[in-house]
Amino acid sequence: MDKFKYHILVCGGTGCRAAEGEMIVENLKKSIEVKNLENDVKVVTTGCFGFCEKGPIVKIVPDNTFYVQVKPSDAAELIEEHIIKGRKVDRLLYKDPKKAELISDSKHMGFYQKQIRIALKNCGFIDPENIQESIAVGGYDALAKVIGTMTQMEVINIIKDSGLRGRGGGGFPTGLKWELTYKNNSDQKYVVCNADEGDPGAFMDRSILEGDPHTVIEAMAICGYAIGATKGLVYIRAEYPLAIKRLKLAIDQAKEYGFLGNDIFGTEFSFDIELRYGAGAFVCGEETALIHSMEGLRGEPTLKPPFPAESGYMGKPTNVNNVETFANIPVIINKGSKWFSSIGTEKSKGTKVFALAGKVNNVGLIEVPMGITLREVIYEIGGGVKNGKKFKAVQTGGPSGGCLTEKHLDTPIDYDNLIAVGSMMGSGGMIVMDEDDCMVSVAKFYLEFTVEESCGKCAPCRIGNKRLHELLDKICHGKGTDEDLYNLKNLSQVIKDTALCGLGQTSPNPVLSTMDNFWNEYVEHVHEHKCTAGQCRALITYNIIEDKCVGCTACARVCPADAIFGEVKKLHTIDQETCIKCGACLEKCKFGAIYIK
Amino acid sequence: MTKVKSLEDLKKMREELKAKLTLRQNGDNVEELVQVKVSMATCGIASGAKEVMDVIIAELDSHAIDGVVTQTGCMGYCYAEPTIEVTVPGKDPVVFSYVDERRAREIVSKYIKAGELVDGILPVNYEKVD
Repeated sequence: MDKFKYHILVCGGTGCRAAEGEMIVENLKKSIEVKNLENDVKVVTTGCFGFCEKGPIVKIVPDNTFYVQVKPSDAAELIEEHIIKGRKVDRLLYKDPKKAELISDSKHMGFYQKQIRIALKNCGFIDPENIQESIAVGGYDALAKVIGTMTQMEVINIIKDSGLRGRGGGGFPTGLKWELTYKNNSDQKYVVCNADEGDPGAFMDRSILEGDPHTVIEAMAICGYAIGATKGLVYIRAEYPLAIKRLKLAIDQAKEYGFLGNDIFGTEFSFDIELRYGAGAFVCGEETALIHSMEGLRGEPTLKPPFPAESGYMGKPTNVNNVETFANIPVIINKGSKWFSSIGTEKSKGTKVFALAGKVNNVGLIEVPMGITLREVIYEIGGGVKNGKKFKAVQTGGPSGGCLTEKHLDTPIDYDNLIAVGSMMGSGGMIVMDEDDCMVSVAKFYLEFTVEESCGKCAPCRIGNKRLHELLDKICHGKGTDEDLYNLKNLSQVIKDTALCGLGQTSPNPVLSTMDNFWNEYVEHVHEHKCTAGQCRALITYNIIEDKCVGCTACARVCPADAIFGEVKKLHTIDQETCIKCGACLEKCKFGAIYIK
Repeated sequence: MTKVKSLEDLKKMREELKAKLTLRQNGDNVEELVQVKVSMATCGIASGAKEVMDVIIAELDSHAIDGVVTQTGCMGYCYAEPTIEVTVPGKDPVVFSYVDERRAREIVSKYIKAGELVDGILPVNYEKVD
C-alpha cells in the first residue's frame, strides 16, 4: 500500500540548484503544510534530468507531468492547481519548439533523443554473467539470421550500407574492411577484436565488455561468417581483470549453448574465440603492433600496406575491429542498414559512446547520435562545468587528438568535422577543461604520455617527441623563446609527416591544436613568464592580500618550507625565495587572503 | 545443456526466457517479486557496490520481501556511483544514486516496503533501442 498519493520530484542537479532549486523544494514543502497535505504529497530531490537549459525541472508522479523553468514563486500554484484541483499549469509545461504544442509527458520530448543507447543497449539492463538474460533480450538472433538465411556478401553489404565506421577512432568504413578481408583468399583467416583501450580517461570498451560481453562475441561470429574466418581472437589489456573474467565466462556459456564451436545452429559454420592479453603498451592498440604482440613478437608497428586484411596474424588475412564497432553489428543486422543510417550525419552514421570526464558535473558514460554538438554534450548531458567555472576547452581523441574550444561548441560532432578543426574522434575520451587548466601543461602532459609509450622503432617519434617534450618543459619553466615556439610548430609538422605509425603521426596533435587555439597562452609563457591558469609552478607566486590577512598564523604553521613570516594578529608575508609553491597555505587559509599571481 | 540447433530453437528459448524476465519485471499475483539491479562494472565495485548488494539481500530477507537482486553492467552514471535500479511490481523502474549501505537500507524500508520515494533518484535520460 503506497503511503503517498503524489511525489513531486525536483531536479537537484548542479545547474538547477544554481537556479534556486533548493528554494523551490522549500516553498513546495511550505505550501504542502499550509494545505495539510503532508501525508499525501512528498517532495523529493533527484539527480540531473539532463535538460539543464530548461531548468529548474519539476516532475509530478504518478501522472508524469513535467514542468520546466519553475521558479520558487510557482510552488503554491503547482500545489493548488495540480495537486488539489487536478489541473495542469499550462504556462510551466514544455513547449515543443517544432510543433508549438505543449508537452506534459517527458517521454515525448525531443531531449530524450540526446542519448540513444545502441552499443550500450544492454549495459546496465542485463546480468552480463548470465547468457539467458542475453538471449531473452534478443542475443544471438542476428547470428542465427546471418548463418541461416544470408550469403557472405549480403552480410557485408548490410554493414556497408549502414555506413558504420571504425569506432576505435580512425573511422575506416567497417563494411569495406570486411569486404577486403573477404576477397583475400586463404585457407585460414582471423577475426580480431581490439580491446586494448589505451587513451587516458577512456573506459568505453571496458564498460561494453563488462556489461554485455555476448553482443561482442555474437558480432565476432557474424564477422567470421562474413569474411570466411573460423577463428576469433580478442586482444585485451591484462589491466581489465573484470572484463576478462566476464568475457571468459561468456565464451564458455556460448560454447555450452552452441553459439560458438563446431556446426553452429546445425550448419557447417564453425567459429571459436580465444583471448590474448596485452601488457599495457599504448602502441599495441595500433593494429599491426597488436598483431605482432599476439604473435609473441615485440609490439611494434610495421608499414602499411600490406594491411592486415591481406596479411595479418600469422601472415593470414585478418580483420581487426574495435569493441564498440562490434557492439553495433548485431543491431544493424536485426534492424537493417536503413534504420542505422537514419541516425547521425551524412558521413558519420549511428551513435558514438563517449567517456565524459574532467571538470564537468555529470561525469559519465554517454552514447549520443553523431552530429550532436559539444554544447549539448557538456551543458545538457554533462550538466555544465564544475563549480560554475568558465569553460575553456574539451580534449577529444586522447594523445592523438586535440582541443576544441568555445568557438567549436556548436560544431556537430562527427569524424570529418573533428578532423577539420584539428582534433579527431579517437576512441571516445572526452575531457572537459576549465579556466584553471593551462593549455601548455595539457600539451606537455600528453607528450609525456607519448614519450613514455613510443615504441622507439622510428626516429621521428622516438627522438622528435622527446624534443617536443623538452621544448614544452622549457616553456612551462618560463625559459622559452620565440625560436622555441617556431621549432615546436616546425618539428610537430615533421613528426606528423614522417613517423611510421598512427601513434607517431598523431602525437604532435595536442601541441598543434593548443598552439592554434591558445596561441596567446604560449606567448604569455614565453614573453611575460606568466601562467594565468596558475598551473606552471615555476611561473606563479603565492601572495597575501593585506586587507584579508587577520594574522591567524595558520599558513605559517602549515608551510613545509618555513617561508611564511609574521606575528600573531599581524600581516604575514611569503618569502618568494624559500617558497616551494606547494599551495598548502592557500588550502589552509580560511579568509581567502592568499592568491596566486 | 543441449546445444541450440536452429533459429526456431533459439526463438522458442527466447520466448521462455522472456516470460521469465517479464514475470520478474511485472510480477503477477503468483510471484510478486521486487527486482533490484546493482550496477557492477569495475567502477561500481570500486565505489562499494558489492557491499551494497550484500546489504540489500540481507535487508530484503529481514523485511521478508520476495526479491531478486542481480548484478548488471554500467548504467553510465559515473558521478553517482554506486547506482541501483529498483523495479517494484506494477511500477516503472527507478534508479537511485549514491547508494551506500545506509541508503540501501532506507531504499528497502521506505521505497520498496512503503512505496515512498526517497531523495536522489536519477531520471533515465536516454532512449534505448530494442
